Amino acid sequence: MLTAIFALLALAVVFGLILGFAAIRFKVEGDPVVDKIDALLPQTQCGQCTFPGCRPYAEAIAKGEAEINQCPPGGETTIQALADLLGRDPLPLNEEHGEHTGKTVVHIIEAQCIGCTLCIQACPVDAIVGAAKQMHTVIDDECTGCNLCIPPCPVDCIVIVPVEEDLQSWKWPYPAMASGDKRP
Amino acid sequence: MKQPLSTFFGGLHLKGHKTDSMRQSPKVLPLAKQLVFPLDQHLGQPAEPVVKFGDKVLKGQLIARRGGPISAAIHASSSGTVIAIEDRPINHPSGMQATCIVIETDGEDTAVDSNHFADYYNAEPAALRDTIRDAGIVGLGGAGFPTFIKLTPTTGKAIETLILNGAECEPYITCDAMLMQTRALDVLRGADIICQAVQAKQCLIGIEDNKATAIAALHEVLQAQQFRHPIEIVTIPTIYPTGGERQLIKVLTGHEISARQRPMDVGLVCQNVGTAVAVADAVLQGQPLIERLVTVTGNGIKTPGNWLVRLGTPLRDLLAPHDIDCRRHDIIIGGPMMGFTIDDTQAPVVKTTNCLLIQTRQVAMPAMPCIRCAECANVCPAQLLPQQLYWHARARDFDKIQDYNLFDCIECGCCAHVCPSHIPLVQYYRFAKTEIWNRELEKQKADRARERHEFNLLRHELKKQEDEERRRKKKELLNRAQGKTESETDSKKAAIEAALARARAKKEAMAVAPKNIDQLTEEQQKQIDAAKARRRQHEQDKV
Repeated sequence: MLTAIFALLALAVVFGLILGFAAIRFKVEGDPVVDKIDALLPQTQCGQCTFPGCRPYAEAIAKGEAEINQCPPGGETTIQALADLLGRDPLPLNEEHGEHTGKTVVHIIEAQCIGCTLCIQACPVDAIVGAAKQMHTVIDDECTGCNLCIPPCPVDCIVIVPVEEDLQSWKWPYPAMASGDKRP
Repeated sequence: MKQPLSTFFGGLHLKGHKTDSMRQSPKVLPLAKQLVFPLDQHLGQPAEPVVKFGDKVLKGQLIARRGGPISAAIHASSSGTVIAIEDRPINHPSGMQATCIVIETDGEDTAVDSNHFADYYNAEPAALRDTIRDAGIVGLGGAGFPTFIKLTPTTGKAIETLILNGAECEPYITCDAMLMQTRALDVLRGADIICQAVQAKQCLIGIEDNKATAIAALHEVLQAQQFRHPIEIVTIPTIYPTGGERQLIKVLTGHEISARQRPMDVGLVCQNVGTAVAVADAVLQGQPLIERLVTVTGNGIKTPGNWLVRLGTPLRDLLAPHDIDCRRHDIIIGGPMMGFTIDDTQAPVVKTTNCLLIQTRQVAMPAMPCIRCAECANVCPAQLLPQQLYWHARARDFDKIQDYNLFDCIECGCCAHVCPSHIPLVQYYRFAKTEIWNRELEKQKADRARERHEFNLLRHELKKQEDEERRRKKKELLNRAQGKTESETDSKKAAIEAALARARAKKEAMAVAPKNIDQLTEEQQKQIDAAKARRRQHEQDKV
């Protein structure tokens, strides 16, 4: 009787120590779900989801404060991926937040730029170069197409241009659409 | 090296259709008026132009240098003037345009001075590799991988054997066979040079048994000439796709190379016979890669044959002697199994263009549902499960499809060829591959955007802190300059606070209530009420 009690007690202590050690040693910093959600978001940082950037939106989704259908740049693909990750039902994109369009970037019409630096301050990814009273320009490769630079521009010299497909980003079409008249 | 040949899994016996284009020896195509050189015509990064509009260039002159570690130089294939560097149609399945250097030829065909190796036997391997690199040579079998990279040892493992790929397994294509037949000496010399460049001990040339003339020609030269490295010509059975690198290696050496390995990891280097000839030209004559043999054949061509074509020649020029109606014929770049159709014949011949196949257009058989017959799995030389790949590609399940090793697919087309339901299987795989690459690219871009955004936030935060710090310091400095101590300013602040408080209290005391309304007469009260009513009325009117 006594042996059994002591044996169980000893086991309890040992496992308690192991668990206690593991809790400290393998402590996960931050919320890993947020990182996973953030990894699926397009990182446009446009704020159309009403949160100030992709990470705050990811945090809100993780806390259950936001739906998964508030990201227009990600569109259906992102919604599907988030639904798969979180085990929720995919929802159609909430139109209040905007429409899913193809990838775009902005260009500055350089002849009209007055060098006010307002767009540079608005850019969330530092994709605009320039200085006060100097012409500004957009680094195409870094522009996420968030369009946050457009409202502050006092002379409306920023235009949205669609990203054209190049040889690197070209994709073979889905066969159902191509099998009509073309050979493989 | 008299070991028996192995066989690879799967494969097909296809009708060759090769004799028609082998009847005549290759003809030289007249020089085109305009030559077009796409900057992106090899695997890896596009080349960077080193000429500008209006420059005069000579035949063999460098016009675009390597644009990165994996890239190839491009040379002018005749003399003339650079008339444009602009987007032109290229021969690519997308039908897109891409940046090209356009040269208007002057017809004189003046070549640049070139230096060559008189004695490659004693040349440094690195010097030979540099020559091959500078000549812009890429794999001429079809993939267009820069050759010097495949010749540069990276694993530290000594190269045992150079395998020269003369299989040319795809139907219709005969440019390699023709090359071996007509330039046997250069094929063997090229093999000898590549052996020297990679310090290989021997060379095996694998040729399918349907190319008897080519085999005979090579044997003849091999007996007549001395070469530094032992070269052996191996006749292999004609099974499609023996010309695949891994398949040929399996047949010749019995080595099965896994997906994560490269041939170099087991001490092998595999090169196409066309590449060997280009290497011989570069090393022995100092001529960079500026021309190649192109097979023009198919049932839409009355006189099929091989043409020696300068790179950059528009396909239109190649098709000009033939009566081709774009509405009745399909123009296929490459063979019937792996080639792709193009619409714009202004696209130029590039380094990897081995065949122009003109076929009468047929209505594609409608795809029927998969009946799970597993014929495709029986013929797949990569031993994949084409059915499973098909299901997952169709469902756009790009994680699952990679579990079934989509990227080991060599797109040989065997599965689609045997499919009784006529499902365009390879198209599904190509779709899935490009889709996955694209997502990978987008993910990389998103990661960069995230990094930049985080840095942006950090920068703003730091700037805020810095500003605060500066303001505090400035204030301190100002105070010290005026000779005030901290306590003095504090007492002054306190005095101001006190004064403000007094004023507030006074105001409050005054605002409690008017003092002169406690002893009003009735008339006065009425007057006040009337005034109040007027004011209210006035305010309402204003609203």
